Amino acid sequence: MKDVIRISTAGSVDDGKSTLIGRLLYETKSLKADQLQHIEEKSILSNKGYIDFSLVTDGLLTERRQGITIDVSYIYLQTEFGRYIIADSPGHVEYTRNMVTGSSTADAAIILLDAQKGVSEQTIRHIRIASLLGIPQLVFAINKMDLIDYNQDEFDRIRKDILDLHQPINGIFQERHFIPISALHGDNIVHESTNFSWYEGRVLIDIIEDLKTFHSPSDDAVLNVQYVLRPKDEWGTVHRGYAGKIACGRFTTGMNVTVSPGGMHSSVKRIEHLGEPVEIVNTDENVTLYLNDHIDISRGSVIVSNPHSLIPTTRINATICWMERACLEIGGKFWIQHGVTRILCIVSEVEGKMNLLTGEIQDVKRLEMNDLGRVQFQLGQQLLVRPFAENKSLGSFILINYLTNNTAGVGFVL
Amino acid sequence: MLTKKYLEEQAVYILREVAGQFQRPCLLFSGGKDSIVLLHLSKKAFWPGKIPFPLLHIDTGHNFPETIIHRDYLVKKYDVDLEIAYVQDSIDRGTAIEEKGKDASRNILQTTTLLETIERLKIDACVGGARRDEEKSRAKERVFSVRDIFGQWNEKLQRPEVFDFLNGLIRNKENVRVFPISNWTELDVWEYIRDQHIEIPSIYFAHKRKVYYKNGQWMPVSDLLHISKNEIKTKQVRFRTVGDLSCTAAVLSEANDIDSVIKEIKKSSFSERGARMDDKRSEGALEERKKVGYF
Repeated sequence: MKDVIRISTAGSVDDGKSTLIGRLLYETKSLKADQLQHIEEKSILSNKGYIDFSLVTDGLLTERRQGITIDVSYIYLQTEFGRYIIADSPGHVEYTRNMVTGSSTADAAIILLDAQKGVSEQTIRHIRIASLLGIPQLVFAINKMDLIDYNQDEFDRIRKDILDLHQPINGIFQERHFIPISALHGDNIVHESTNFSWYEGRVLIDIIEDLKTFHSPSDDAVLNVQYVLRPKDEWGTVHRGYAGKIACGRFTTGMNVTVSPGGMHSSVKRIEHLGEPVEIVNTDENVTLYLNDHIDISRGSVIVSNPHSLIPTTRINATICWMERACLEIGGKFWIQHGVTRILCIVSEVEGKMNLLTGEIQDVKRLEMNDLGRVQFQLGQQLLVRPFAENKSLGSFILINYLTNNTAGVGFVL
Repeated sequence: MLTKKYLEEQAVYILREVAGQFQRPCLLFSGGKDSIVLLHLSKKAFWPGKIPFPLLHIDTGHNFPETIIHRDYLVKKYDVDLEIAYVQDSIDRGTAIEEKGKDASRNILQTTTLLETIERLKIDACVGGARRDEEKSRAKERVFSVRDIFGQWNEKLQRPEVFDFLNGLIRNKENVRVFPISNWTELDVWEYIRDQHIEIPSIYFAHKRKVYYKNGQWMPVSDLLHISKNEIKTKQVRFRTVGDLSCTAAVLSEANDIDSVIKEIKKSSFSERGARMDDKRSEGALEERKKVGYF
């Protein structure tokens, strides 16, 4: 048994990403008979002359009519060894926000390239976003090898182009894999292909089976309080249990803690996890903490191990992926949601936007939809943050439009 | 995190976000296995406290009697509040019109009753047991899916969901549909039911039932439909999903306990929603219904 692995996929329009996912599901026997029958019938109707596997994932009517993917789809792959949640994000230039959405929790990204085109501008954008998000494993699948006669020189050239491209942002190490495939013909997906006598690496599914999960290590334990439970005991006394998810680190009974905001100290009296009392709880577990002192704690409060290395701040400098049509400008007022804490903030400075092709920061005064840029914020209340490169959960946040309530952007603390 | 733990932790986190972010949430409860799993997860999420939201059953009147008895049993067992809204009341008020003909069902009418109930009880969040593996348009569903004041789902206005941030901020009369078991598969649900000893209605297990053959599937005989006597057969069947009695197909099965059901599902090659006639009406049938406020 292994951990759940989250994979995002990225590719340009027509690189054959949906076909690849359909093929993966088909060859790992993850498609049900009625789903297969459905795509077979549709393929015959559209006179393609082969089974169109992309029909498996192209979910929405509007997409099926246009033949493109317009939103992130989630697909489940179960193999003998593990569970894979694949977020299929569309490849259009204007859909950067979808790739960020589909990739934010990814342990790995499969970046698809068309062997005929090699590294495209879109490929460079995908690599840069994957680096920004700190996705630790990248699989470059060079597709449509059948259309270039399975030519090794071409494959090697594309591989070199990618390796030459750039240094990872944030200094996060990324493991990289390169594999030549043909999703249409099923070469190197699950079965080795005789068309690649020169390829000595593993087939795609073997690379996938070998992917791992990574955690930001943390000495600090942090719990974001989601909800306050007020259970009565057998004597009718009401207790206050702080329900929340452990953002990082571990809590044990008896441990000293500090509550933010306010900075009051206490210690852990009792811990419950999924209906049972326990002594120790770890990162990503959803627990209930009871403290030894009566402190004013409500949703949005943060319980932190004491001592800790976190610094309360009212200023944040971050990389922002902007996701809304209305621009982000100096003076803009937003809700900032960090963990489950939601406070007001104001944009104090737009430092510039990133040119996704060169990585340079261009001097602009506002961010438009699908831009990545550097922005400074003034917060209405203190937050406990860490740089994203060190701690993903304490280093990320979303911006919510104050008027429309829409999620307007995602931030990565610098 | 291993699959089962990952899925359970994620669901508990989402349920707690519901309690934390909304004023008047409810758990949409059909009496089917997915909603029972949600009830069980809610108990764990808020233990030892009481579940801080009621169950809401949109009752089509076309029920399997077994599921109603079981529903009332579970309400007591889990110490949870129950609200019932009847489709028949909407029909009597004239806000919903009964379908006619051989394929008539009350499935679509549930939407009207649900929207009326949301308005009447000022509900701001409805927790549901939909899963992304059920149907293609569900694969795109967010965990917090915002509906406008008409209850409409607009795939182009879906909020991006990054990391585990859930944005439940809405304006007056908008509401959010919440799907805590989005990432579960049918098999995950069954294995969880087995591992946690969750009690589900008896119709999920093989039993003798009067059925008739329609469009390649075995449909249950009930008082709701007039089926000629020579069409009616008695078969050993079970149901994979609990829907409207008039449009939920049975499968021939000998699986009379949870282990044999799981064995059967592992072998089976038909996806779960394949047994829902209402999704087969047209390509994209579920997506079209979601757009007008269907759950």
